Amino acid sequence: MLKLEHIYKTYHGKSVLTDVNLEVAAGATRALIGASGSGKTTLLRVTLGLIPFEKGYVKINDQALLSFRHFEWADRIGYVPQDGGLFPHMSARQNISLVPKLRGWSQARIDARMEELRTLVGLEVAELLRFPYELSGGQRQRASIMRAAMMDPPVMLLDEPMAALDPLIRRSLQQELKAIFQRLGKTVLLVTHDLGEAVFLAEQISLLHEGRVLQTGTYRELLARPADPFVTLFINAQRSLPDAAAAP
Amino acid sequence: MSWRRAVGVVLACLFPLVTIGAERIVVGAKIFTEGYILGEIAAQTIESHSRIPVDRKLGMGSTGILFESLKSGAIDVYADYTGTLAEAIIKNPNLRSLDEIAQALASLDLVISRPLGFNNTYALAVKETFAAQYNLHTIGDLLSLQSTIRAAFSYEFMDRQDGYRGMLDRYQLSFNPRMVKRMEHSLSYQAIGDDAVDLIDVYSTDAKIKKLGLRVLRDDLAYFPSYQAVWVARKAFVEKYPNEWRALLTIDGTITEAAMLEMNAQADIQKIGFEQIASRFLGAERALTDTQWSRFTHRTAEHLWLVGVSLLFSILIGVPLGIAAVRFHAAGQAILLLSAVIQTVPSLALLCFLIPLFGVGTAPALVALCLYSLLPVVLNTFTGINSIDARHLENARAFGLSKPQILFRIVLPLASPTLLAGVKTATIVSIGTATLAALVGAGGYGAPIVSGLALNDVPTILTGAIPAAAMALLAHGVFEVFEFLLVPAGLRKRRFST
Repeated sequence: MLKLEHIYKTYHGKSVLTDVNLEVAAGATRALIGASGSGKTTLLRVTLGLIPFEKGYVKINDQALLSFRHFEWADRIGYVPQDGGLFPHMSARQNISLVPKLRGWSQARIDARMEELRTLVGLEVAELLRFPYELSGGQRQRASIMRAAMMDPPVMLLDEPMAALDPLIRRSLQQELKAIFQRLGKTVLLVTHDLGEAVFLAEQISLLHEGRVLQTGTYRELLARPADPFVTLFINAQRSLPDAAAAP
Repeated sequence: MSWRRAVGVVLACLFPLVTIGAERIVVGAKIFTEGYILGEIAAQTIESHSRIPVDRKLGMGSTGILFESLKSGAIDVYADYTGTLAEAIIKNPNLRSLDEIAQALASLDLVISRPLGFNNTYALAVKETFAAQYNLHTIGDLLSLQSTIRAAFSYEFMDRQDGYRGMLDRYQLSFNPRMVKRMEHSLSYQAIGDDAVDLIDVYSTDAKIKKLGLRVLRDDLAYFPSYQAVWVARKAFVEKYPNEWRALLTIDGTITEAAMLEMNAQADIQKIGFEQIASRFLGAERALTDTQWSRFTHRTAEHLWLVGVSLLFSILIGVPLGIAAVRFHAAGQAILLLSAVIQTVPSLALLCFLIPLFGVGTAPALVALCLYSLLPVVLNTFTGINSIDARHLENARAFGLSKPQILFRIVLPLASPTLLAGVKTATIVSIGTATLAALVGAGGYGAPIVSGLALNDVPTILTGAIPAAAMALLAHGVFEVFEFLLVPAGLRKRRFST
């Protein structure tokens, strides 16, 4: 279970996050959605323990971030950066085994865990030997998910997992991601600006605007009972496609 | 893993070079024809009386450098002139007699021999045709031309108390300062030959006096002191190798002015090698081919040692400086600026600054080379790290990597292509710059280049310049291999990706 309680964060006297509360139940998938500038990147960095914040708590299974050393916290959150974020100088395999190696895992243990995750995300053995530039966008995402899951963290954090993919691949990977999340059984927080993606992958959506969580609920709830006029504005902005007649 | 491998490869390459330096007698010489010939005569004399190998550090620049070398033990013996010793080393030009000079040098733990037999004093010379035109016979005759005559004097002559200034005082001359140029000695002959100047300073045994048809103006007021050639040796050398020193003393009095002028002419005009001239004088023609080969390998080892060690230190210093420059912005700019400024100091000037601090020989040369190769290493480390996508660094932190882990597993490998390119530049530049090390007696391929320049002898220059160029090319190839071994494969092939 991931819990953010009353998080406040200011940059140079300007408040970026104001009383942010977020609770993702164990095994659930939550989407954190917001426009750029809404504070979602800051919230992500706070959650990862990368930046200090003025007030509040970040907790995993009721244990606060501040009670851990940084690497212990990092092992509790499997992080999947934008576009996979694989290190370009390492093969997919080396990327995936980097952290377990640093934590002193035996090669056998690393191999066993990697094999388990490989079948789960659906990558070929040969693909793991390749370097990031030799992999497709979707393959990079899968390898990155494997890397994030290696230490068996209770929480997974994904930053715009689909942003860099083209629409067709996006559709099919979305399906698979959903299945992968179910198989992994992790608590997942998904940061995205794309409502469609959020609706498809997450049971519940939290909408962040100007550093505050305006509303948390299912898509239907947001649509039917918006807590703020901006919620409706945001949903409509995302849904509106150019009129067929107006298109050139 | 590749960083440990990098250090391993570099150390493995340097290790065979550490074995230079067993017991040797080192003969020095000043950087002009006569110096080389006398150096060769000394070296061959010792070689024919001793089994201890002789190192030749010939062409070592001016008196000051040779004196420092003697003091520090970088050389054991060389030939100099009584007048020079009194002026440049004892700093008392009034000492004229050999015994007074010997006594003064003894307090500096130096020993001199009896005169070798000739007097090579400063003199002024003009072309015969010019002399005839203006009826010039003595230095005093220059008075009528003092405001119009174009003169080129060597640096040493201009700066010595017993040189230019004293001469003007004695003869009540005052040349037009704008008509007086300071020039490298061997080039001033070229200048007077081409009629670019009318008057130059010469040494009275210079072969070119004859070749260019110059008239030496008589020193009718006996201003210039006597410049008797003598051996100058470290006291420790004389005590440790009495036989070898006695062998050198057998030369005393045998080199007449005519003999010296003839030998200088053989070198300068007939382009006969110094070794051959010396061995002819000593009455023993020597087989030279295999010594030339062994000299080549010795020079190669010296050159490699200079480049390798200085490079190792510039990496050990430059990479951390580059990292620091990224980390601390203000200090970073200062570091980059400083290493750029070092780069602009002319190499000869830098060597001169370093002599008081590090003496002569290999040490100042290594320091100078290390300083010169610092800029490309620092700059490329800085650029390489700065051009890393910041997201990779943040991701590494998010995965819980510690600062050293991020540095060694992410930052340095990602910066390695740029960093290695900097080391490559540094290597190739220092292979070239290392030829200057010969000026402070550090040997290497610079030795034949320096002596060739002194003689205006292109083939001799090429025996140093070609191997240096070949070494630079080889270094280029070696770095291709290093790049293959050290740069992570994921970055190596990146250039082919879309």
